[in-house]
Amino acid sequence: MKNKTESDRRKFILSMARGAGITALSGFIWSAYVDEVTASQLTLRPPGAIKEKDFLKTCIKCGLCVEACPYDTLLLAKPGDHKPLGTPYFIPRNIPCYMCPDIPCVPVCPTGALNEQSVTTNGKLDINIADMGLAIIDRETCIAYWGIQCDACYRACPILGKAITVEYSKNERTGKHAFLTPVVHADACTGCGLCEKACVTEKPAIFVLPREVAMGKAGSHYIKGWDKEDEKRLKDASEIKSTTEISKGTAIDSLNSGIGGLDK
Amino acid sequence: MKTFWNKYRYLFFRRTTQIGLLFLYFGANAWGWTVLMGNLSTSVLFNVIPLSDPYAVLQMVAAGAVIATDLIIGSLIITMFYLVIGGRAFCSWVCPINLVTDAAALLRRKIGVDNFSKRQPATRNIRYWVLGLSLVISFAMGVTAFEFISPISMLHRGIIFGFGFGWAAVLIIFLFDLLVLKNGWCGHICPLGGFYSLVGKNSLVRVHHNEENCTECMKCKVVCPEQQVLYMIGKESIPVLWAECTNCARCIEVCDDDALSFSIRKLVNDKKKGE
Repeated sequence: MKNKTESDRRKFILSMARGAGITALSGFIWSAYVDEVTASQLTLRPPGAIKEKDFLKTCIKCGLCVEACPYDTLLLAKPGDHKPLGTPYFIPRNIPCYMCPDIPCVPVCPTGALNEQSVTTNGKLDINIADMGLAIIDRETCIAYWGIQCDACYRACPILGKAITVEYSKNERTGKHAFLTPVVHADACTGCGLCEKACVTEKPAIFVLPREVAMGKAGSHYIKGWDKEDEKRLKDASEIKSTTEISKGTAIDSLNSGIGGLDK
Repeated sequence: MKTFWNKYRYLFFRRTTQIGLLFLYFGANAWGWTVLMGNLSTSVLFNVIPLSDPYAVLQMVAAGAVIATDLIIGSLIITMFYLVIGGRAFCSWVCPINLVTDAAALLRRKIGVDNFSKRQPATRNIRYWVLGLSLVISFAMGVTAFEFISPISMLHRGIIFGFGFGWAAVLIIFLFDLLVLKNGWCGHICPLGGFYSLVGKNSLVRVHHNEENCTECMKCKVVCPEQQVLYMIGKESIPVLWAECTNCARCIEVCDDDALSFSIRKLVNDKKKGE
């Protein structure tokens, strides 16, 4: 009798250990897969989408936004799309966002993954403040920058004059022609992708990327001296001194020591 | 002898419900119907009533998402339904993967795969481990973990919005059930099934066994995807109380001796007390 209990206990412990082992193993594989699919940064989300990290938590993958979109712009990520499975996205080169004034895709979202508040000004839906991404121009392949006249993207832009402007400059090569070059303004661009769709080059020279991917970051320690508001930041600034091997001596010493002093 | 209708009536209703729901969802996306929009993760019934998958919402909670009111209401409606009425009825009456795994099980019986692999090599509790694991991963990675790999979602979304490579996942489930493990997916692994069996532990609709009629032909056990719940066949007249029963009612139909029927559990219990 005693033996039986002991072997039962041993069996139990063994089977629990095995269960835990298999669970840990599959947990790692599962996590690795999830990490892999969520790492895709180039996914363009519908208007009003909250931050990607929160979006992945919150989107329940119901497809109601996809059904609400009258232009079939939005797609649900399928296996093989290399996007987080079941989440909505769009490919502006195929079908851009046509920026409906009533933004039908946003209010239908049951989870708040598409946040109505973020596309509302003064209590009214306002697609012009949406931020789906940012259009980037490749000046090497944009024919307007070559000197060929083209304003396809400018004309296609729903907030033309603000999100895209055309700037004039002299064509030094011919001496009597002008460059009419498009410029994107990040503060106004919603990332709808109508410009990308309209671009006439073989592969669009203007294209939308998620803002986090498209933009750099200068850091807060640069101050625009010519901007009064920005200059004010200097008043409250505190001095931070960093000491390096070279700055330990005086500046004069370092000048006198010649090139050799820089090696330190 | 039972009529053909008597032998297949629940199966007919079940397939009608399953396919009908998918058809309504499909129509909502393809032709703009407003009866049932969305998919099995979250839908809107008649443009008003929200319905949500409580397991998906649970993963969102674990991931640390802010849960919207519509979602809370929707998942409560669904939870209440299975808590009170259905048990694991979702699995056999709604879930589209059930069509795939039932097909695999049928083919398995027809070509006799069961004959050379009689033993069940895996425990049926894997689903609870997977359920726990999905919540741990949801918490750790801040995503809805099962929703990223769920073949159920791949299939229903595939039917409504287009498949991509989703068909491969469905094929894997089919082959797994056919060749590797009998009732492998639904009966062993699927955490959604595990979730509903926990929710519907005390639900009211139950299959009842009447031992006096039973001739121990064991036809019910052959068709049952969760055979262990039918342990009382030929022994006792009690309802099937194990939460793993999917209420698919195939056992009721295949029984030639009227030994099985649906019952309302409460009434049965009351009757017992009265005796």
